[in-house]
Amino acid sequence: MPNSQGKHRLETTRRRVLKAGTIISLSGAMLPTTGLAQQAGPQPSPENGVTVPVSFRVNGRPAALDIDARASLLDLLRERLGLVGAKKGCDHGQCGACTVHMNGRRIASCLTMAAKAHGRDVTTIEGIAGADGLHPMQQAFIDHDALQCGYCTPGQIMAAIACVKEGHATTPEQIKEYMSGNICRCGAYVGIVAAIEQAAPQIERS
Amino acid sequence: MKPLSYVRAGTAREAIDAFVAAGDGARYIAGGTNLYDLMKLGIERPAHLIDIADLEGADRIDTDGDRLFFGGAALMANVAEDPVVSRDYLVLAESLSKAASQQLRNMATVGGNLLQRTRCPYFRNGVNGTYPCNKREPGSGCAALGGLDRSQAVLGASEACNAVSPGDWPVALMAMDATIELQGRDGTRVIPISELYRPPSQTPHLEFTIGREEIVTGIAVPKTAAGRNSVYLKVRDRESYAFALVSAAVALEMDGDRVGQAHVALGGVATVPWRARAAEAFLRGRTLDREGALAAATAAFADARAGRHNAFKIELGARTLADALITAGSKSQ
Repeated sequence: MPNSQGKHRLETTRRRVLKAGTIISLSGAMLPTTGLAQQAGPQPSPENGVTVPVSFRVNGRPAALDIDARASLLDLLRERLGLVGAKKGCDHGQCGACTVHMNGRRIASCLTMAAKAHGRDVTTIEGIAGADGLHPMQQAFIDHDALQCGYCTPGQIMAAIACVKEGHATTPEQIKEYMSGNICRCGAYVGIVAAIEQAAPQIERS
Repeated sequence: MKPLSYVRAGTAREAIDAFVAAGDGARYIAGGTNLYDLMKLGIERPAHLIDIADLEGADRIDTDGDRLFFGGAALMANVAEDPVVSRDYLVLAESLSKAASQQLRNMATVGGNLLQRTRCPYFRNGVNGTYPCNKREPGSGCAALGGLDRSQAVLGASEACNAVSPGDWPVALMAMDATIELQGRDGTRVIPISELYRPPSQTPHLEFTIGREEIVTGIAVPKTAAGRNSVYLKVRDRESYAFALVSAAVALEMDGDRVGQAHVALGGVATVPWRARAAEAFLRGRTLDREGALAAATAAFADARAGRHNAFKIELGARTLADALITAGSKSQ
């Protein structure tokens, strides 16, 4: 099913996101497709293959759209919703740069088919800061210089928050084991472990 | 990746009906950590996906009866951290917690993991005719035989294929005499896990005995006190988040200070999850000391055949198994 004005929205969305660095402007892209599509006549679809309708929540907001059945959740987030925080590193589940939370658990969004997000809650790096400032884990990464180039950082932080919530951040050894799915080519591992140790007491276990 | 259809099934029956209706090109998908990965590489090319990750009741973990039961869609992370499994069946828990990363264990199912395909680099990286592979293109040949074979199997290889069976969980299940529940068009059948895997022989593309439309609906492990004297020892190129170079699953039923029945299986070294019966026979009735453990472990590799770069796996495998035997034995004291 063609998605009404999908292409236009996508371009608009991405430009605004890059300019403003916020997701406030995304609400337009998250509205469900309405009957207006039929009234407006055939529209070019942003998707090529067979599409499936996906309706889910991302960072607390509802999103509904038709997506190519082949697409990954990572592609859905980045290319359709403009949430480019989660990164495409290897695209094969080997590096952890694409880590997001689905129903509160960390997953590799590159190996998760977008269709699987249907009916679920997804949280990305864009959704963790509170109204009063950064998430404790974000602040801890800054405090400990837990990055250099920053490409892996959104995935590291999402994995780190989950690591604490799971109860797997009780010792440096355990942190290393349960963070091993996130590769940092700059080698900021010492800072990452220190950051998690700092933030852990401020984060509730689930 | 070619266009495909995707449907989500609510029950096993519904999934099987959808699968049969979809015809050729239908595949089940659960966690997708293996299938979707191989689709991106062009190795798997399904036209229709039937999602069985959310089948009703399929994530059940039941440790109350005289056996442990894991629904096919139970997540690896959940089984690894189940209180009974992690306390009384460490070999099972460790085989899961030492596999993949927490992200992938939150996605992958214990049923799907049984059907994980090999990590042989020639299988994964040779699409478009770069390298022949009898698993990928039956009859095309095997580039791993006589090629860069450091990661390849030393047990169970044939003239057509020496690809390693990559899993950890199936190795532990093999040691623990697990049975697999399969549901198909004509109902449910139960087989020992040893009957799930085919040796490569001349048809390495036929890896499993499961029927095309069958679903792994459950895994059962008989309860045994040997679970308390158990360990899964995995040796890798890096300390975490890597496939096994060699691994050993060991559980010991002790008779005083002597071994009654030993349960021993090997991973990372063989073309299928490898039950080491010769080592088990050697250990029966013996006390466990360093020398005996190494002798038993060496017996497990008596039929091993090395290629050009993987001879190290034979000694590493024997020493790893010996260590695992000593560790498991020490838990009984």
